Amino acid sequence: MKNRSQKLVLEDVTCRFDELTVCDGINLSVDAGEMVCLIGASGSGKSTLLRCINLLEPIDSGHIWLDGEDISIPGLDPKPYRKRIGIVFQSFNLFPHMTVMQNICLAPTRVLNATVTETHAVAKDLLQRFGLQDKASEYPDRLSGGQQQRVAIVRALAMQPEIMLLDEITSALDPELVGEVLEVVKALKEQNMTIVLATHEMAFAREVADRVCFLDGGKILETAPPEEIFTNPREARTREFLHRLL
Amino acid sequence: MSALSPRKRYEQKERRRSLLIATASLLAVCAALYTLVPKAPGWVAVKRSFFNWAVLEKTFPTLLKAFLWDIAIFAWSLPLIMVLALAIALCRNVKTPALFPLRVFGAFYTDIFRGVPTILLVYLIGFGIPGLGLPRPWNSPYLWGTVALVLTYSAYVAEVLRSGIESVHKSQRAASESLGLTEADTMRFVVLPQAIRRQVPAMMNFIIALQKDVALLSFIGPVELLRQANVYKSLMANFTPYVGAAVIFLCVTIPATRYADYLLAKQHSVRT
Ligand SMILES: Nc1ncnc2c1ncn2[C@@H]1O[C@H](COP(=O)(O)OP(=O)(O)OP(=O)(O)O)[C@@H](O)[C@H]1O
Ligand SMILES: [Mg+2]
Repeated sequence: MKNRSQKLVLEDVTCRFDELTVCDGINLSVDAGEMVCLIGASGSGKSTLLRCINLLEPIDSGHIWLDGEDISIPGLDPKPYRKRIGIVFQSFNLFPHMTVMQNICLAPTRVLNATVTETHAVAKDLLQRFGLQDKASEYPDRLSGGQQQRVAIVRALAMQPEIMLLDEITSALDPELVGEVLEVVKALKEQNMTIVLATHEMAFAREVADRVCFLDGGKILETAPPEEIFTNPREARTREFLHRLL
Repeated sequence: MSALSPRKRYEQKERRRSLLIATASLLAVCAALYTLVPKAPGWVAVKRSFFNWAVLEKTFPTLLKAFLWDIAIFAWSLPLIMVLALAIALCRNVKTPALFPLRVFGAFYTDIFRGVPTILLVYLIGFGIPGLGLPRPWNSPYLWGTVALVLTYSAYVAEVLRSGIESVHKSQRAASESLGLTEADTMRFVVLPQAIRRQVPAMMNFIIALQKDVALLSFIGPVELLRQANVYKSLMANFTPYVGAAVIFLCVTIPATRYADYLLAKQHSVRT
Protein backbone atom coordinates (compact mmCIF):
# COMPACT_ATOMS: atom_id res chain seq x y z
CA MET A 1 0.00 0.00 0.00
CA LYS A 2 1.01 3.52 -0.70
CA ASN A 3 2.26 5.99 1.79
CA ARG A 4 -0.83 8.14 1.98
CA SER A 5 0.81 10.87 3.99
CA GLN A 6 2.48 12.34 0.95
CA LYS A 7 1.26 15.74 -0.23
CA LEU A 8 -1.14 14.37 -2.82
CA VAL A 9 -1.99 10.74 -3.41
CA LEU A 10 -4.35 9.39 -6.05
CA GLU A 11 -5.46 5.83 -5.49
CA ASP A 12 -7.33 3.98 -8.26
CA VAL A 13 -9.07 7.18 -9.33
CA THR A 14 -11.74 6.46 -11.92
CA CYS A 15 -13.94 9.04 -13.59
CA ARG A 16 -16.63 8.24 -16.15
CA PHE A 17 -18.80 10.34 -18.42
CA ASP A 18 -21.73 8.05 -19.16
CA GLU A 19 -20.16 5.09 -20.93
CA LEU A 20 -16.77 6.69 -21.43
CA THR A 21 -14.13 5.99 -18.80
CA VAL A 22 -11.92 9.05 -18.95
CA CYS A 23 -9.71 8.32 -15.93
CA ASP A 24 -9.22 4.62 -15.47
CA GLY A 25 -7.65 3.56 -12.18
CA ILE A 26 -5.12 6.35 -11.84
CA ASN A 27 -2.44 5.88 -9.17
CA LEU A 28 -0.11 8.75 -8.53
CA SER A 29 1.59 10.27 -5.54
CA VAL A 30 3.16 13.68 -5.48
CA ASP A 31 5.66 14.82 -2.87
CA ALA A 32 5.67 18.30 -1.41
CA GLY A 33 7.73 20.55 -3.68
CA GLU A 34 7.66 18.06 -6.49
CA MET A 35 6.71 18.88 -10.04
CA VAL A 36 4.90 16.21 -12.02
CA CYS A 37 4.15 16.63 -15.72
CA LEU A 38 1.24 14.86 -17.41
CA ILE A 39 1.78 14.23 -21.09
CA GLY A 40 -0.37 12.31 -23.54
CA ALA A 41 -2.43 12.65 -26.66
CA SER A 42 -5.47 14.87 -26.88
CA GLY A 43 -8.37 13.16 -25.14
CA SER A 44 -6.17 10.98 -22.96
CA GLY A 45 -7.76 12.48 -19.84
CA LYS A 46 -5.19 15.00 -18.57
CA SER A 47 -7.65 17.83 -18.07
CA THR A 48 -10.21 15.56 -16.50
CA LEU A 49 -7.66 14.20 -14.06
CA LEU A 50 -6.71 17.72 -12.97
CA ARG A 51 -10.36 18.66 -12.63
CA CYS A 52 -10.88 15.57 -10.47
CA ILE A 53 -8.02 16.56 -8.18
CA ASN A 54 -9.60 20.01 -7.78
CA LEU A 55 -12.92 18.26 -7.03
CA LEU A 56 -14.55 20.03 -9.94
CA GLU A 57 -15.40 16.61 -11.35
CA PRO A 58 -16.77 13.96 -8.95
CA ILE A 59 -14.86 10.68 -9.18
CA ASP A 60 -16.68 7.38 -9.57
CA SER A 61 -14.31 5.29 -7.50
CA GLY A 62 -10.93 5.52 -5.82
CA HIS A 63 -9.54 8.03 -3.36
CA ILE A 64 -7.75 11.35 -3.42
CA TRP A 65 -5.63 12.06 -0.35
CA LEU A 66 -4.44 15.54 0.45
CA ASP A 67 -1.90 15.59 3.31
CA GLY A 68 -3.21 12.21 4.43
CA GLU A 69 -6.84 13.28 4.41
CA ASP A 70 -9.31 11.66 2.04
CA ILE A 71 -10.89 14.56 0.18
CA SER A 72 -12.88 12.43 -2.27
CA ILE A 73 -15.51 11.07 0.12
CA PRO A 74 -18.88 11.55 -1.61
CA GLY A 75 -20.91 14.31 -0.01
CA LEU A 76 -17.90 16.11 1.42
CA ASP A 77 -17.95 19.88 0.93
CA PRO A 78 -15.24 20.50 -1.68
CA LYS A 79 -14.74 24.21 -0.96
CA PRO A 80 -12.25 23.96 1.92
CA TYR A 81 -10.02 21.73 -0.23
CA ARG A 82 -10.38 23.74 -3.42
CA LYS A 83 -8.92 26.78 -1.75
CA ARG A 84 -5.82 24.76 -0.89
CA ILE A 85 -5.44 23.59 -4.49
CA GLY A 86 -5.03 26.25 -7.16
CA ILE A 87 -5.88 25.49 -10.77
CA VAL A 88 -5.26 27.41 -13.98
CA PHE A 89 -7.01 26.37 -17.18
CA GLN A 90 -6.08 26.65 -20.79
CA SER A 91 -8.26 29.70 -21.40
CA PHE A 92 -11.28 31.72 -20.24
CA ASN A 93 -9.71 31.97 -16.82
CA LEU A 94 -10.16 35.60 -15.91
CA PHE A 95 -13.42 37.34 -15.10
CA PRO A 96 -13.79 39.82 -17.97
CA HIS A 97 -15.89 42.34 -16.03
CA MET A 98 -13.28 42.81 -13.30
CA THR A 99 -9.92 44.51 -13.34
CA VAL A 100 -6.78 42.48 -12.74
CA MET A 101 -6.78 43.62 -9.12
CA GLN A 102 -10.44 42.70 -8.60
CA ASN A 103 -9.85 39.32 -10.24
CA ILE A 104 -7.07 38.59 -7.80
CA CYS A 105 -8.76 39.94 -4.68
CA LEU A 106 -12.22 38.40 -5.09
CA ALA A 107 -11.45 34.94 -3.71
CA PRO A 108 -9.15 35.97 -0.84
CA THR A 109 -11.71 38.46 0.48
CA ARG A 110 -14.73 36.18 0.01
CA VAL A 111 -13.21 32.81 0.87
CA LEU A 112 -10.33 33.51 3.25
CA ASN A 113 -12.11 36.53 4.75
CA ALA A 114 -8.94 38.57 4.37
CA THR A 115 -9.28 42.33 4.67
CA VAL A 116 -9.13 44.43 1.53
CA THR A 117 -5.86 46.08 2.58
CA GLU A 118 -4.21 42.74 3.28
CA THR A 119 -5.33 41.27 -0.03
CA HIS A 120 -4.25 44.34 -1.96
CA ALA A 121 -0.81 44.13 -0.43
CA VAL A 122 -0.49 40.44 -1.31
CA ALA A 123 -1.77 41.05 -4.83
CA LYS A 124 0.57 44.00 -5.40
CA ASP A 125 3.47 41.92 -4.22
CA LEU A 126 2.62 39.01 -6.52
CA LEU A 127 2.02 41.27 -9.52
CA GLN A 128 5.38 42.89 -8.88
CA ARG A 129 7.07 39.52 -8.76
CA PHE A 130 5.68 38.49 -12.12
CA GLY A 131 6.25 41.82 -13.86
CA LEU A 132 2.61 42.82 -13.94
CA GLN A 133 2.65 45.73 -11.49
CA ASP A 134 1.43 48.30 -14.05
CA LYS A 135 -1.52 46.13 -15.11
CA ALA A 136 -3.37 46.13 -11.79
CA SER A 137 -6.23 48.32 -13.01
CA GLU A 138 -6.48 46.94 -16.56
CA TYR A 139 -9.37 44.80 -17.73
CA PRO A 140 -8.44 41.33 -19.05
CA ASP A 141 -9.36 42.11 -22.67
CA ARG A 142 -6.67 44.79 -22.67
CA LEU A 143 -3.97 42.23 -21.83
CA SER A 144 -2.07 39.90 -24.11
CA GLY A 145 -2.76 36.17 -23.81
CA GLY A 146 0.50 35.65 -21.96
CA GLN A 147 -0.27 38.43 -19.50
CA GLN A 148 -3.74 37.00 -18.96
CA GLN A 149 -2.34 33.58 -18.10
CA ARG A 150 0.20 35.12 -15.74
CA VAL A 151 -2.60 37.02 -14.02
CA ALA A 152 -4.54 33.76 -13.76
CA ILE A 153 -1.55 32.18 -12.06
CA VAL A 154 -1.22 35.15 -9.73
CA ARG A 155 -4.93 34.92 -8.93
CA ALA A 156 -4.54 31.27 -7.96
CA LEU A 157 -1.42 32.07 -5.94
CA ALA A 158 -3.19 34.82 -4.01
CA MET A 159 -5.14 32.04 -2.29
CA GLN A 160 -1.82 30.72 -0.98
CA PRO A 161 -2.47 27.22 -2.28
CA GLU A 162 -0.36 24.24 -1.31
CA ILE A 163 -0.59 22.68 -4.77
CA MET A 164 -0.91 24.24 -8.20
CA LEU A 165 -2.60 22.39 -11.05
CA LEU A 166 -1.76 23.84 -14.44
CA ASP A 167 -3.72 22.60 -17.43
CA GLU A 168 -2.03 23.36 -20.73
CA ILE A 169 -1.74 26.95 -19.73
CA THR A 170 0.31 27.83 -22.80
CA SER A 171 -1.53 25.96 -25.54
CA ALA A 172 -3.84 28.86 -26.39
CA LEU A 173 -0.91 31.27 -26.68
CA ASP A 174 1.09 32.55 -29.62
CA PRO A 175 4.51 30.91 -29.63
CA GLU A 176 6.33 34.08 -28.64
CA LEU A 177 4.21 34.39 -25.48
CA VAL A 178 4.78 30.84 -24.25
CA GLY A 179 8.21 31.61 -22.81
CA GLU A 180 7.08 34.31 -20.38
CA VAL A 181 4.43 32.01 -18.90
CA LEU A 182 6.78 29.05 -18.58
CA GLU A 183 9.27 31.34 -16.80
CA VAL A 184 6.61 31.95 -14.17
CA VAL A 185 6.07 28.21 -13.74
CA LYS A 186 9.79 27.71 -13.36
CA ALA A 187 9.93 30.42 -10.73
CA LEU A 188 7.10 28.67 -8.85
CA LYS A 189 9.00 25.44 -8.86
CA GLU A 190 12.10 27.14 -7.56
CA GLN A 191 9.99 28.40 -4.64
CA ASN A 192 9.14 24.78 -3.87
CA MET A 193 5.54 24.85 -4.97
CA THR A 194 4.01 21.43 -5.53
CA ILE A 195 2.93 21.41 -9.16
CA VAL A 196 0.99 19.06 -11.42
CA LEU A 197 1.18 20.28 -14.98
CA ALA A 198 -0.54 18.96 -18.10
CA THR A 199 1.42 20.07 -21.10
CA HIS A 200 2.29 19.59 -24.73
CA GLU A 201 5.58 21.47 -24.21
CA MET A 202 7.87 18.46 -24.11
CA ALA A 203 11.06 20.49 -24.00
CA PHE A 204 9.79 22.31 -20.94
CA ALA A 205 8.65 19.10 -19.27
CA ARG A 206 12.05 17.62 -19.89
CA GLU A 207 13.82 20.63 -18.46
CA VAL A 208 11.94 21.22 -15.22
CA ALA A 209 9.82 18.20 -14.31
CA ASP A 210 10.87 15.88 -11.52
CA ARG A 211 8.70 13.14 -12.97
CA VAL A 212 6.74 12.71 -16.15
CA CYS A 213 3.57 10.63 -16.45
CA PHE A 214 2.40 9.40 -19.83
CA LEU A 215 -1.38 9.10 -20.05
CA ASP A 216 -3.10 6.99 -22.64
CA GLY A 217 -6.80 6.17 -22.73
CA GLY A 218 -7.29 7.37 -19.13
CA LYS A 219 -4.48 5.24 -17.71
CA ILE A 220 -1.01 6.21 -16.58
CA LEU A 221 1.04 3.92 -18.78
CA GLU A 222 4.41 5.03 -17.57
CA THR A 223 5.93 7.27 -14.91
CA ALA A 224 9.62 8.12 -14.97
CA PRO A 225 12.11 10.93 -14.55
CA PRO A 226 12.14 13.08 -17.69
CA GLU A 227 15.55 11.94 -18.92
CA GLU A 228 14.42 8.37 -18.84
CA ILE A 229 11.02 8.78 -20.42
CA PHE A 230 12.24 11.04 -23.19
CA THR A 231 15.36 9.09 -24.11
CA ASN A 232 14.44 5.55 -23.28
CA PRO A 233 10.71 5.01 -22.76
CA ARG A 234 9.72 1.63 -21.49
CA GLU A 235 6.34 1.37 -23.20
CA ALA A 236 5.85 1.10 -26.94
CA ARG A 237 2.90 3.53 -26.77
CA THR A 238 5.03 6.16 -25.13
CA ARG A 239 7.70 5.74 -27.74
CA GLU A 240 5.09 6.04 -30.48
CA PHE A 241 3.61 9.19 -28.93
CA LEU A 242 6.96 10.88 -28.45
CA HIS A 243 8.08 9.80 -31.88
CA ARG A 244 5.08 11.47 -33.52
CA LEU A 245 5.88 14.73 -31.76
CA LEU A 246 9.49 14.88 -32.88
CA MET B 1 -7.80 70.90 -40.27
CA SER B 2 -4.38 70.13 -41.49
CA ALA B 3 -3.91 67.16 -39.15
CA LEU B 4 -6.44 65.03 -41.06
CA SER B 5 -5.07 62.06 -42.92
CA PRO B 6 -6.13 61.66 -46.57
CA ARG B 7 -8.40 58.83 -45.58
CA LYS B 8 -10.10 60.87 -42.85
CA ARG B 9 -10.55 63.75 -45.28
CA TYR B 10 -12.12 61.42 -47.83
CA GLU B 11 -14.47 59.97 -45.24
CA GLN B 12 -15.49 63.43 -44.10
CA LYS B 13 -16.28 64.44 -47.67
CA GLU B 14 -18.34 61.30 -48.17
CA ARG B 15 -20.24 61.96 -44.96
CA ARG B 16 -21.10 65.50 -46.01
CA ARG B 17 -22.25 64.32 -49.40
CA SER B 18 -24.59 61.67 -48.03
CA LEU B 19 -25.95 64.08 -45.44
CA LEU B 20 -26.77 66.52 -48.23
CA ILE B 21 -28.54 63.87 -50.28
CA ALA B 22 -30.51 62.68 -47.27
CA THR B 23 -31.63 66.21 -46.37
CA ALA B 24 -32.68 66.97 -49.92
CA SER B 25 -34.75 63.83 -50.29
CA LEU B 26 -36.39 64.35 -46.89
CA LEU B 27 -37.37 67.89 -47.86
CA ALA B 28 -38.77 66.64 -51.16
CA VAL B 29 -40.96 64.06 -49.40
CA CYS B 30 -42.21 66.64 -46.88
CA ALA B 31 -43.04 69.12 -49.65
CA ALA B 32 -44.95 66.45 -51.56
CA LEU B 33 -46.96 65.46 -48.48
CA TYR B 34 -47.62 69.12 -47.65
CA THR B 35 -49.05 69.85 -51.07
CA LEU B 36 -50.77 66.53 -51.76
CA VAL B 37 -52.41 65.61 -48.45
CA PRO B 38 -54.62 68.78 -48.21
CA LYS B 39 -56.01 67.88 -51.64
CA ALA B 40 -57.62 64.74 -50.21
CA PRO B 41 -61.42 65.10 -50.04
CA GLY B 42 -61.75 64.60 -46.27
CA TRP B 43 -58.72 66.60 -45.23
CA VAL B 44 -60.60 69.58 -43.83
CA ALA B 45 -62.63 67.36 -41.52
CA VAL B 46 -59.58 65.34 -40.46
CA LYS B 47 -57.63 68.49 -39.77
CA ARG B 48 -60.44 69.86 -37.65
CA SER B 49 -60.81 66.77 -35.49
CA PHE B 50 -57.23 65.44 -35.31
CA PHE B 51 -54.90 68.40 -35.79
CA ASN B 52 -56.86 71.16 -34.14
CA TRP B 53 -54.39 73.67 -32.80
CA ALA B 54 -56.90 75.46 -30.57
CA VAL B 55 -57.88 72.20 -28.87
CA LEU B 56 -54.25 71.18 -28.49
CA GLU B 57 -53.33 74.47 -26.88
CA LYS B 58 -56.16 74.17 -24.40
CA THR B 59 -55.56 70.53 -23.43
CA PHE B 60 -51.84 70.08 -23.67
CA PRO B 61 -50.83 71.40 -20.20
CA THR B 62 -53.29 69.07 -18.50
CA LEU B 63 -52.16 66.19 -20.68
CA LEU B 64 -48.59 66.84 -19.62
CA LYS B 65 -49.65 66.85 -15.99
CA ALA B 66 -51.45 63.55 -16.51
CA PHE B 67 -48.25 62.18 -18.02
CA LEU B 68 -46.60 62.68 -14.64
CA TRP B 69 -48.77 59.79 -13.47
CA ASP B 70 -47.40 57.63 -16.25
CA ILE B 71 -43.91 58.52 -15.17
CA ALA B 72 -44.68 57.86 -11.53
CA ILE B 73 -46.26 54.45 -12.22
CA PHE B 74 -43.34 53.60 -14.47
CA ALA B 75 -40.83 54.74 -11.88
CA TRP B 76 -42.16 52.62 -9.06
CA SER B 77 -42.92 49.60 -11.25
CA LEU B 78 -39.44 49.39 -12.71
CA PRO B 79 -37.44 48.55 -9.57
CA LEU B 80 -40.11 46.08 -8.48
CA ILE B 81 -39.96 44.41 -11.89
CA MET B 82 -36.17 44.15 -11.73
CA VAL B 83 -36.14 42.63 -8.26
CA LEU B 84 -38.91 40.15 -9.01
CA ALA B 85 -37.40 39.24 -12.40
CA LEU B 86 -34.05 38.57 -10.77
CA ALA B 87 -35.68 36.34 -8.16
CA ILE B 88 -37.57 34.38 -10.84
CA ALA B 89 -34.49 34.04 -13.04
CA LEU B 90 -32.52 32.70 -10.07
CA CYS B 91 -35.35 30.28 -9.26
CA ARG B 92 -35.24 28.92 -12.78
CA ASN B 93 -31.49 28.50 -12.52
CA VAL B 94 -31.54 26.46 -9.32
CA LYS B 95 -29.61 23.21 -9.78
CA THR B 96 -30.00 21.56 -6.36
CA PRO B 97 -32.54 18.73 -6.50
CA ALA B 98 -33.95 19.74 -3.11
CA LEU B 99 -35.00 23.09 -4.55
CA PHE B 100 -36.62 21.62 -7.64
CA PRO B 101 -40.04 23.05 -6.70
CA LEU B 102 -38.54 26.55 -7.04
CA ARG B 103 -37.52 25.70 -10.58
CA VAL B 104 -41.00 24.50 -11.41
CA PHE B 105 -42.47 27.63 -9.84
CA GLY B 106 -40.19 29.82 -11.95
CA ALA B 107 -41.14 27.99 -15.13
CA PHE B 108 -44.85 28.24 -14.34
CA TYR B 109 -44.55 31.89 -13.51
CA THR B 110 -42.88 32.86 -16.75
CA ASP B 111 -45.17 30.66 -18.84
CA ILE B 112 -48.33 32.05 -17.31
CA PHE B 113 -47.51 35.72 -17.19
CA ARG B 114 -45.95 35.81 -20.62
CA GLY B 115 -48.86 33.85 -22.03
CA VAL B 116 -51.66 36.15 -20.89
CA PRO B 117 -52.12 39.45 -22.78
CA THR B 118 -51.09 42.34 -20.55
CA ILE B 119 -54.43 44.08 -20.99
CA LEU B 120 -56.27 40.97 -19.82
CA LEU B 121 -54.16 40.76 -16.70
CA VAL B 122 -54.75 44.46 -16.05
CA TYR B 123 -58.49 43.85 -16.24
CA LEU B 124 -58.47 40.70 -14.14
CA ILE B 125 -56.32 42.11 -11.37
CA GLY B 126 -57.44 45.72 -11.66
CA PHE B 127 -61.14 44.87 -11.38
CA GLY B 128 -60.98 41.50 -9.67
CA ILE B 129 -59.03 42.28 -6.56
CA PRO B 130 -60.60 45.63 -5.65
CA GLY B 131 -63.88 43.77 -6.20
CA LEU B 132 -63.10 41.81 -3.04
CA GLY B 133 -64.15 44.94 -1.19
CA LEU B 134 -60.87 45.62 0.54
CA PRO B 135 -60.60 48.72 2.76
CA ARG B 136 -59.31 52.08 1.58
CA PRO B 137 -55.66 51.97 0.54
CA TRP B 138 -55.99 48.37 -0.67
CA ASN B 139 -58.59 49.02 -3.32
CA SER B 140 -56.61 51.59 -5.25
CA PRO B 141 -56.46 51.00 -9.00
CA TYR B 142 -52.94 52.46 -8.98
CA LEU B 143 -51.83 49.67 -6.68
CA TRP B 144 -53.43 46.77 -8.55
CA GLY B 145 -52.66 48.19 -11.95
CA THR B 146 -49.05 48.36 -10.93
CA VAL B 147 -49.19 44.79 -9.67
CA ALA B 148 -50.49 43.63 -13.05
CA LEU B 149 -47.67 45.41 -14.88
CA VAL B 150 -45.05 44.10 -12.48
CA LEU B 151 -46.27 40.51 -12.85
CA THR B 152 -46.23 40.62 -16.64
CA TYR B 153 -43.02 42.48 -17.14
CA SER B 154 -41.04 40.62 -14.53
CA ALA B 155 -41.85 37.40 -16.43
CA TYR B 156 -40.35 38.85 -19.61
CA VAL B 157 -37.32 40.39 -17.91
CA ALA B 158 -36.73 37.14 -15.99
CA GLU B 159 -36.43 35.28 -19.27
CA VAL B 160 -33.98 37.86 -20.58
CA LEU B 161 -31.90 37.52 -17.42
CA ARG B 162 -32.05 33.75 -17.52
CA SER B 163 -30.76 33.59 -21.06
CA GLY B 164 -28.05 36.03 -20.01
CA ILE B 165 -27.07 33.76 -17.13
CA GLU B 166 -26.95 30.78 -19.46
CA SER B 167 -24.84 32.67 -21.96
CA VAL B 168 -21.99 33.08 -19.48
CA HIS B 169 -19.40 30.45 -20.40
CA LYS B 170 -19.38 27.52 -18.01
CA SER B 171 -15.63 27.78 -17.57
CA GLN B 172 -16.30 31.09 -15.78
CA ARG B 173 -18.19 29.17 -13.10
CA ALA B 174 -15.45 26.56 -13.01
CA ALA B 175 -12.81 29.26 -12.60
CA SER B 176 -14.79 30.79 -9.76
CA GLU B 177 -15.56 27.54 -8.00
CA SER B 178 -11.97 26.35 -8.38
CA LEU B 179 -10.99 29.36 -6.26
CA GLY B 180 -13.24 28.05 -3.51
CA LEU B 181 -16.09 30.53 -3.96
CA THR B 182 -19.54 29.34 -2.97
CA GLU B 183 -22.21 28.90 -5.61
CA ALA B 184 -24.00 31.97 -4.32
CA ASP B 185 -20.83 34.08 -4.52
CA THR B 186 -20.11 32.72 -7.98
CA MET B 187 -23.55 33.80 -9.10
CA ARG B 188 -23.32 37.18 -7.41
CA PHE B 189 -19.82 38.25 -8.35
CA VAL B 190 -19.03 36.32 -11.52
CA VAL B 191 -22.10 35.21 -13.44
CA LEU B 192 -24.76 37.84 -12.77
CA PRO B 193 -22.66 40.93 -13.51
CA GLN B 194 -21.72 39.48 -16.88
CA ALA B 195 -25.26 38.32 -17.61
CA ILE B 196 -26.81 41.68 -16.76
CA ARG B 197 -24.25 43.63 -18.75
CA ARG B 198 -24.89 41.44 -21.75
CA GLN B 199 -28.66 41.86 -21.51
CA VAL B 200 -28.91 45.60 -20.92
CA PRO B 201 -29.94 46.36 -24.52
CA ALA B 202 -32.60 43.64 -24.51
CA MET B 203 -33.90 44.93 -21.18
CA MET B 204 -34.01 48.47 -22.55
CA ASN B 205 -36.57 47.29 -25.10
CA PHE B 206 -38.81 46.01 -22.33
CA ILE B 207 -38.35 49.21 -20.39
CA ILE B 208 -39.54 51.20 -23.40
CA ALA B 209 -42.49 48.85 -23.87
CA LEU B 210 -43.33 49.27 -20.18
CA GLN B 211 -43.36 53.05 -20.53
CA LYS B 212 -46.03 52.69 -23.21
CA ASP B 213 -47.98 49.93 -21.47
CA VAL B 214 -48.53 52.13 -18.43
CA ALA B 215 -51.29 53.59 -20.61
CA LEU B 216 -53.15 50.27 -20.30
CA LEU B 217 -53.98 51.21 -16.73
CA SER B 218 -56.27 53.90 -18.14
CA PHE B 219 -58.85 51.15 -18.55
CA ILE B 220 -59.11 50.53 -14.83
CA GLY B 221 -59.13 54.01 -13.43
CA PRO B 222 -55.92 55.99 -12.96
CA VAL B 223 -56.25 59.34 -14.71
CA GLU B 224 -52.99 59.08 -16.57
CA LEU B 225 -52.25 60.48 -20.00
CA LEU B 226 -54.42 58.21 -22.13
CA ARG B 227 -57.43 58.46 -19.83
CA GLN B 228 -57.05 62.23 -19.65
CA ALA B 229 -56.94 62.39 -23.45
CA ASN B 230 -60.02 60.19 -23.52
CA VAL B 231 -61.85 62.55 -21.16
CA TYR B 232 -61.00 65.52 -23.38
CA LYS B 233 -62.02 63.63 -26.49
CA SER B 234 -65.50 63.06 -25.07
CA LEU B 235 -65.72 66.57 -23.68
CA MET B 236 -64.71 68.38 -26.86
CA ALA B 237 -65.80 65.79 -29.42
CA ASN B 238 -62.34 66.09 -30.91
CA PHE B 239 -59.47 63.60 -31.38
CA THR B 240 -56.62 66.09 -31.15
CA PRO B 241 -55.89 65.20 -27.47
CA TYR B 242 -55.01 61.68 -28.67
CA VAL B 243 -52.50 63.13 -31.08
CA GLY B 244 -51.13 65.24 -28.24
CA ALA B 245 -50.80 62.12 -26.09
CA ALA B 246 -49.02 60.28 -28.90
CA VAL B 247 -46.56 63.16 -29.25
CA ILE B 248 -45.84 63.11 -25.52
CA PHE B 249 -45.16 59.37 -25.59
CA LEU B 250 -42.91 59.75 -28.61
CA CYS B 251 -40.87 62.44 -26.88
CA VAL B 252 -39.88 59.82 -24.33
CA THR B 253 -39.80 56.62 -26.33
CA ILE B 254 -37.81 57.84 -29.35
CA PRO B 255 -34.75 58.97 -27.37
CA ALA B 256 -35.00 55.81 -25.25
CA THR B 257 -35.12 53.61 -28.35
CA ARG B 258 -32.14 55.40 -29.86
CA TYR B 259 -30.25 54.95 -26.63
CA ALA B 260 -31.04 51.21 -26.60
CA ASP B 261 -29.79 50.92 -30.20
CA TYR B 262 -26.66 52.79 -29.24
CA LEU B 263 -26.02 50.41 -26.34
CA LEU B 264 -26.53 47.41 -28.58
CA ALA B 265 -24.20 48.78 -31.24
CA LYS B 266 -21.59 49.55 -28.60
CA GLN B 267 -21.82 46.03 -27.26
CA HIS B 268 -21.42 44.47 -30.69
CA SER B 269 -18.36 46.56 -31.37
CA VAL B 270 -16.81 45.49 -28.06
CA ARG B 271 -17.39 41.80 -28.64
CA THR B 272 -15.75 41.59 -32.05
N1 LIG C 1 -17.89 17.04 -19.48
C1 LIG C 1 -17.63 15.99 -20.29
N2 LIG C 1 -18.62 15.21 -20.72
C2 LIG C 1 -18.37 14.13 -21.53
N3 LIG C 1 -17.16 13.80 -21.96
C3 LIG C 1 -16.12 14.56 -21.57
C4 LIG C 1 -16.31 15.69 -20.73
N4 LIG C 1 -15.09 16.27 -20.51
C5 LIG C 1 -14.21 15.51 -21.18
N5 LIG C 1 -14.82 14.49 -21.83
C6 LIG C 1 -14.17 13.46 -22.62
O1 LIG C 1 -13.12 12.93 -21.85
C7 LIG C 1 -12.01 12.63 -22.66
C8 LIG C 1 -10.76 13.22 -22.05
O2 LIG C 1 -10.86 14.61 -22.08
P1 LIG C 1 -9.74 15.56 -21.47
O3 LIG C 1 -10.19 16.96 -21.70
O4 LIG C 1 -9.47 15.15 -20.08
O5 LIG C 1 -8.51 15.21 -22.38
P2 LIG C 1 -7.09 15.92 -22.42
O6 LIG C 1 -6.07 14.85 -22.22
O7 LIG C 1 -7.05 17.07 -21.51
O8 LIG C 1 -7.02 16.40 -23.91
P3 LIG C 1 -6.38 17.75 -24.51
O9 LIG C 1 -4.93 17.51 -24.64
O10 LIG C 1 -7.06 17.88 -25.85
O11 LIG C 1 -6.73 18.86 -23.58
C9 LIG C 1 -12.32 13.13 -24.05
O12 LIG C 1 -12.64 12.03 -24.87
C10 LIG C 1 -13.50 14.02 -23.85
O13 LIG C 1 -14.34 13.95 -24.97
MG1 LIG D 1 -6.97 19.19 -21.79
